[in-house]
Amino acid sequence: MKILVCISKTPDTTAKIAFTDNNTKFDTAGVQWIINPNDEYYALVRAIELKEADASAVIHLVNVGGAESDAIIRKALALGGDEAIRVNAENLDSFGIASQIAHVAKENGYDLIFLGKETIDYNGSSVGGMVAELLDLPYISLATKFELNGTTATVTREIEGGEEICEVQLPVVVSCNKGMAEQRIPNMRGIMAARTKPLKVVEPVAADALTEIETFALPPAKAGVKLVEPDNVQELVRLLHEEAKVI
Amino acid sequence: MSVLIFIDINEEGTVKKTSLEALTYGSKLAQQLSVPAEGVVLAPVTEDLAALGKYGVTTIHQVQQEALKHFDAQAYSSAIAQVAEKTGATVLVFSNNTDGKALAPRLSARLKAGLVSGAVALPEAGAGFTVKKSVFSGKAFANIKINTPVKIITLNPNAFPVEPGEGAANVVPAEVSVSAPKVKVVSVNRQTADVPLAEAERVVSGGRGMKGPENWGILEDLAAALNAALACSRPVADAHWRPHNEHVGQTGGAIAPNLYVAVGISGAIQHLAGVNRSKVIVVINKDPEAPFFKAADYGIVGDLFEVVPKLTEAIKQFKS
Ligand SMILES: Cc1cc2nc3c(=O)[nH]c(=O)nc-3n(C[C@H](O)[C@H](O)[C@H](O)COP(=O)(O)OP(=O)(O)OC[C@H]3O[C@@H](n4cnc5c(N)ncnc54)[C@H](O)[C@@H]3O)c2cc1C
Repeated sequence: MKILVCISKTPDTTAKIAFTDNNTKFDTAGVQWIINPNDEYYALVRAIELKEADASAVIHLVNVGGAESDAIIRKALALGGDEAIRVNAENLDSFGIASQIAHVAKENGYDLIFLGKETIDYNGSSVGGMVAELLDLPYISLATKFELNGTTATVTREIEGGEEICEVQLPVVVSCNKGMAEQRIPNMRGIMAARTKPLKVVEPVAADALTEIETFALPPAKAGVKLVEPDNVQELVRLLHEEAKVI
Repeated sequence: MSVLIFIDINEEGTVKKTSLEALTYGSKLAQQLSVPAEGVVLAPVTEDLAALGKYGVTTIHQVQQEALKHFDAQAYSSAIAQVAEKTGATVLVFSNNTDGKALAPRLSARLKAGLVSGAVALPEAGAGFTVKKSVFSGKAFANIKINTPVKIITLNPNAFPVEPGEGAANVVPAEVSVSAPKVKVVSVNRQTADVPLAEAERVVSGGRGMKGPENWGILEDLAAALNAALACSRPVADAHWRPHNEHVGQTGGAIAPNLYVAVGISGAIQHLAGVNRSKVIVVINKDPEAPFFKAADYGIVGDLFEVVPKLTEAIKQFKS
């Protein structure tokens, strides 16, 4: 079984969000880059668990990005990926990224393509669906559980207020959500092994950008908290009713 | 030319609240572009579809096919693409809910239509077509220009008010050809009969300060008094005190209710990332230095085990 896990590079969750060039670019000064948590904790770890259950399975990682991605790719290899492909292209929109991933997938042929449910920077939740469409494969989004029985997968996916259990034949594209797996920390053996695992850099194929970011903005600052004494909860109720008008 | 809005249906055949928001949003956009607003519905419906005209749609294309009985992103997007092509839709609108997140990207790739997901406002259609969306997990906004003739938008839940007016829609049957779905739905489990968290207008949320799952009763009482949905912070879901689907934040769900009551939650940046679009935030925490107070509108510094039951009583009294 061949599994492709898509990993993207995102600013660390505590990174300060600021913009430069007249609010047209994200300010990367001092930003620490990490593997997008949804890709790492859920997609990659579940793929590793599947490989642990089936020794013949192989995990390829794909990242679309510049050389700065290499550090997070090595970390993903240390966690348990077998080899990685970096498509050397930057600043693409989600369709551009999906086109590159779909191309890599077509060239190599995978039984399973896993991604995180969304990136924590652009919160698009788009690449998975696009990849599935470009490959004409079924797509299960927001998966919270994934079990494999031969070539049939039983997948639980989140729906509003509950969950849905579905069955699908491989190959399939799955976007992974909390519940799929638990975060792991790479160990020394993994880190040493990752140094010699293949990281192939390929050039992008031609793909159109369908959208472009014009400007960014920060939300308006909050006015500040109004504190109410703990033995005067009636005052809070009054404020919520009369001032905030939410009850 | 038209704006085509996807009408998403609950298992019991009723229209999802998020779809009413999408209908209102799509109709406003259609007005702005001087084109008709139309709807498309694929699942069996028990509601009177024509009545959705009060949200501004003039025509609703209803597809009724066995193959579309259950949700399958591939079959559904193929059906919507066919309706969009037949009706000459130039903008497609979805809710950024679980189905919209699966369908819109597929259609974007299929129709080569630029997609902005998680929109929080109507597009600026003047110079180009620019849509404001929430990025960096709610910590910022981006204005994104769509450069393609056909455009797709998914609207964030609770970002746009539902505004019923007058009118009835013309419901017309639509024929499409779709192959059998490759994803077979085995079962649907609703965890609660109440309002789904993402759609809830009021949310009561508990953190590690609650000490254990056995103490959740006081939050359930508060939520019941406020007619609110329940949520929690990540360590609470990780410790299995509460189900995963209640976990909000950067790695959990993102919500934007009118009222968010955070009880015994410190307000770490990753938690705020999922709730900072709430209109009004109330924080109850015994630590006056808890970071959540910086993001809150109202706060009580105190022991939650004393404050919450008193607050529930006060709300009940206020209501009666
Ligand atoms: C990559 C990444 C992603 C993450 N994603 C998320 C996410 O999606 N959602 C999320 O929530 N977290 C997330 N976290 C974790 C986050 O950093 C915090 O650890 C978490 O939000 C803390 O949860 P908490 O506030 O419930 O617990 P704590 O930090 O333990 O805070 C408990 C609070 O309760 C108060 N308290 C205790 N007892 C009482 C009492 N009797 N009365 C009143 N107040 C009391 C305390 O003063 C304290 O402020 C993420 C972390 C990382 C690194």
